[in-house]
Amino acid sequence: MTAKNNIKDKAAIIGIGETNYNRESGRSELEMAVEAAEKAISDAGLTSSDIDGILKFTADSTPQGELAACLGIPYLRYYGELGPLGGAACGLVIQAAMAVANGMANNVMVFRSVNGRSGARYGSGVVTTRRGQGTSAFTEPYGLLVPGQSSAMRARRHMHEFGTKMEDFGGVALAFRKHACLNPKAIMYGRPITMDDYLDSKVFFDPLRIFDCALEADGANAFIISSADSTFSSSEPPVFIMGAGQCLPAGVGDRGGNWDENGASRLAPELFASAGVKPEDIDVVGFYDHFSPVIITKLEDYGFCNRGEGGPFVSDGRIELGGQLPVNTSGGHLSEAYLQGMNQIIEVVRQLRHQSYAQVDNAELGLVDSGDGSGALILRR
Amino acid sequence: MTLVPFPLPVPSIDNQYWFDKCKEHVLVLQQCKLCDQFNHPPRPNCAYCGSSNLHWIESTGRGTIYTFTVTRQPVSRPLLGRIPWVVVEVELNEGVHMISNLIDFQDEDLQIGMTVQVVFEQVDDDITLPKFELVA
Repeated sequence: MTAKNNIKDKAAIIGIGETNYNRESGRSELEMAVEAAEKAISDAGLTSSDIDGILKFTADSTPQGELAACLGIPYLRYYGELGPLGGAACGLVIQAAMAVANGMANNVMVFRSVNGRSGARYGSGVVTTRRGQGTSAFTEPYGLLVPGQSSAMRARRHMHEFGTKMEDFGGVALAFRKHACLNPKAIMYGRPITMDDYLDSKVFFDPLRIFDCALEADGANAFIISSADSTFSSSEPPVFIMGAGQCLPAGVGDRGGNWDENGASRLAPELFASAGVKPEDIDVVGFYDHFSPVIITKLEDYGFCNRGEGGPFVSDGRIELGGQLPVNTSGGHLSEAYLQGMNQIIEVVRQLRHQSYAQVDNAELGLVDSGDGSGALILRR
Repeated sequence: MTLVPFPLPVPSIDNQYWFDKCKEHVLVLQQCKLCDQFNHPPRPNCAYCGSSNLHWIESTGRGTIYTFTVTRQPVSRPLLGRIPWVVVEVELNEGVHMISNLIDFQDEDLQIGMTVQVVFEQVDDDITLPKFELVA
C-alpha cells in the first residue's frame, strides 16, 4: 500500500510568469496564457524552443497545442491535463516533475488562464453544475449548486464540533487582506478591512460571508519545471520540489460524512515523509483558500495544530507575516485573485527566491496545496 | 411568481431503481451482502469492499441533521426568487449521509442534531424527491 514516494529533489520550478489580475481583462484566455507563458520562459532564462511539454487544467479553455502554436513551438513531446475544476495545480506540478525526472521532456510548462470574473464564474454554478447528472442527481435538485455551499456546511459542522467562531473565519480573511495590502498586484491592494467590516458584511452561504469567498478574477499564470540536474540558465535560483502527495477521496455520501471528505489529512503523511521534513520545519505556506474556513481545517490536516484547534490558531496573528506560520502572503484567493491554486505556487516560489512583497525572513521551505487537499508540494530553495 | 427549478435529477441505470422507489414514497438504500455496509448514492459495487453483491433495503427514513447551510445570495440571477433556501446534510440512522431540503420549518429554529423524518415531494410525473421534516 505505501509504496515509497521518490519525488524528492528530482525536479525544480525554474521560471514563473503571471499577467496582472483584474475583473475584466477584455482579452482572450489564449492571449493571457501566452503572456504568462512568455514571462515564465524568459524568467527561466530559456527560449520557447526549449519548451517540449505543456500541461493544462482540464477546466482550461486553452488547448496545449494552441498555446504551443502561439509560442512558435512546432510540436510537444509531452502533454497532459488534470481535473477536476480548480484542484489541479499541484497535481500538474507532480506530473511535470515525473516527466522531467524520467526524460519524457526537458522543460514542462504548467499554465492556467481564466476569465474567471468577466467570463463564466465558479460562484454562479455555470462552471460547476452538471445539470443533475451522475452524483449531482443527489445534490443539485436540492439547490446544492456551488462549492461555497459545501464549504459553508463543513464550516458549520466545525463550529458545532469544536466551538470555532465566526471571528476565526474573519481572522483568516483579515490576515490575507493585510497581506494583499502589501502586494500591488492584488486586486484588494489598498482596501484594508476590519473585523467590524467582516462581521457587518453580506452573508452569502450562512455562515459564510462575502469576505470568506475567493475573489473571482481574470488572469493567467505559468511556470516551468525542469529536471534537477539541468544546467540552469536563469539568474533566479531554482526552487526544488522536495516532497509531494495527491489524494482523491473515493465516493460521496457513504463512509459517514464523506460529502465532507478532504484529501489533505490523508496526503499529509506522505507529503512530509517524501520531503523528509516536519510541519514545524515549514517557513511559509500557500493554501488553496477558495473559502476561509478551509484554512482552519488545513492547518489541522497538515499537522500545524491539533484537530479542532485551527480556529484559535488563526487568532493573534499567527498566520500573518511576522507570525509563527505566515500563510498566503500575497493575499491568496480571498484577496489577491482566484487563479485556482496557481498564484499560491508562484508566491511560494517568490518567497523562496526572497522576492515577495511580504517576504518571510530567510524562507527556506514552503508548503503549497490545491483544492481541498487534492495535491500538495513541499518546495525548497 | 413561478420559482425557477433547481436542476432536476437525470436518473441513470445505476440509480433508476432508487428514483422509482421514491415515486412509491419509499426510501431505499443499497446494502452490501458481503460486508453489510450501506451505500449511497447507488452504484454497481460496494464502496467498502468492492463486492457487486448489493441488495436494496427500505430505509427507516429517520436521521439527524448533520449540518446545513442557508443560501442568502442567489448564486445566479434566475434563482433570486428562491432565496433564502436551506440545504441539509442528513445522517440517516443507517449511517449514510444524504443531501436534501427541509419542509415546514423556521430558519431560526434549525440546529445540528435535530431529528428528521423523510417525506416525499412530487416534482413532476417522472421525479419525486425525498425531503425531510423535523420530528418533534
